[in-house]
Amino acid sequence: MSPFLFWIFALLTLIFGAAVVVNRNPVASALSLVVSFLGLAALFMSLDAFFVGIIQVLVYAGAVMVLFLFIVMLLNLQTEERRRINWLAAAGGIGVAVILLVQICFVIGHFQAAVQTFPPLARSTTDDVWNIGALLFRDYNLPFQIVGVLVLVATIGVVLLSKRAPR
Amino acid sequence: MITLGDYLLVSGILFSIGFAGVMLRRNLIIILMSLELMLNAANLSLVAFSRFRVDPGGLPNYNAQVFVFFIVTVAAAEVAVGLAILVALFRLRQTTDVKDISSLKF
Repeated sequence: MSPFLFWIFALLTLIFGAAVVVNRNPVASALSLVVSFLGLAALFMSLDAFFVGIIQVLVYAGAVMVLFLFIVMLLNLQTEERRRINWLAAAGGIGVAVILLVQICFVIGHFQAAVQTFPPLARSTTDDVWNIGALLFRDYNLPFQIVGVLVLVATIGVVLLSKRAPR
Repeated sequence: MITLGDYLLVSGILFSIGFAGVMLRRNLIIILMSLELMLNAANLSLVAFSRFRVDPGGLPNYNAQVFVFFIVTVAAAEVAVGLAILVALFRLRQTTDVKDISSLKF
C-alpha cells in the first residue's frame, strides 16, 4: 500500500476515534465509531489480512454498531446535560492517557525492528480464509470450542438479564 | 515506505484515545465504545506483527490472525452482555451516568 493511502486511513481512524470520545451526543459517537472501524478495516487490508478486514466490517461496523445504536434509541438518550466538569479529575484522566502514550512511543522508539519495512510475500494472500480456518481447526481446536461455549453462555446471560423480574 | 513502527504508533495512539475515553467520559455507552477502540488497537498491532513475521513459506504468520478472530468473538459477547446490563440498570435507575451509580463505592 502506498504511504499516502496508509496515512489517509490512519488519520481517518484516529480522528473519528477521537470524535467518539469528544462528542456529547451518543448517536454521533456511535456513527463516528463506524467510520473509525471502517478506516481500521482498510488498514487491516493494507497488511494483506483480508479475512480480518472483512470480519471487522461485518462484525464491528455491522453487528456491534447496530446493537449500540439500537440501545441508544431504546433508552432514548438525549445529549447529556452539561454538568460542571471537574477540571482536576479531567486533567488527571488526560494526564494518565498522555503518560501512557509517551511510554508507548518510548517503547516503539527503542524497538529495533520498528524501523524495518515489511518483507515481501511469496504470493497473494487472497486465500487466507482457508489458511486461518485450517489453523483454527487444527491447532486451535480446543480454544475454538471454548469460545463457542462462551458465546452460548453470553447468549443465555443476555436473555436472563433482559427478562423483567417477576413481580 | 511504511515501517512496522508506523502501524504500532497508530495502534498506540488509538489505544490511548480509548483509554482517555474510559477515564474521562461518564456515559456508560461511551465507555463501552472506548473499550471497543482499545480492543481494536490491540488487533491492529497483532495483525501488523502477523504481516511482519513472514513464515518460511512466504505467507504471513497466521497465529496472530487467529488471535484476532478470538478477540473479535469475545468482544462481541462482551458488548452484548455489557449492553444488557446497561438496559437492566436503566430500568432500575433511569440513568446511564456512572456518577449516579455509586452504591458499591466505598
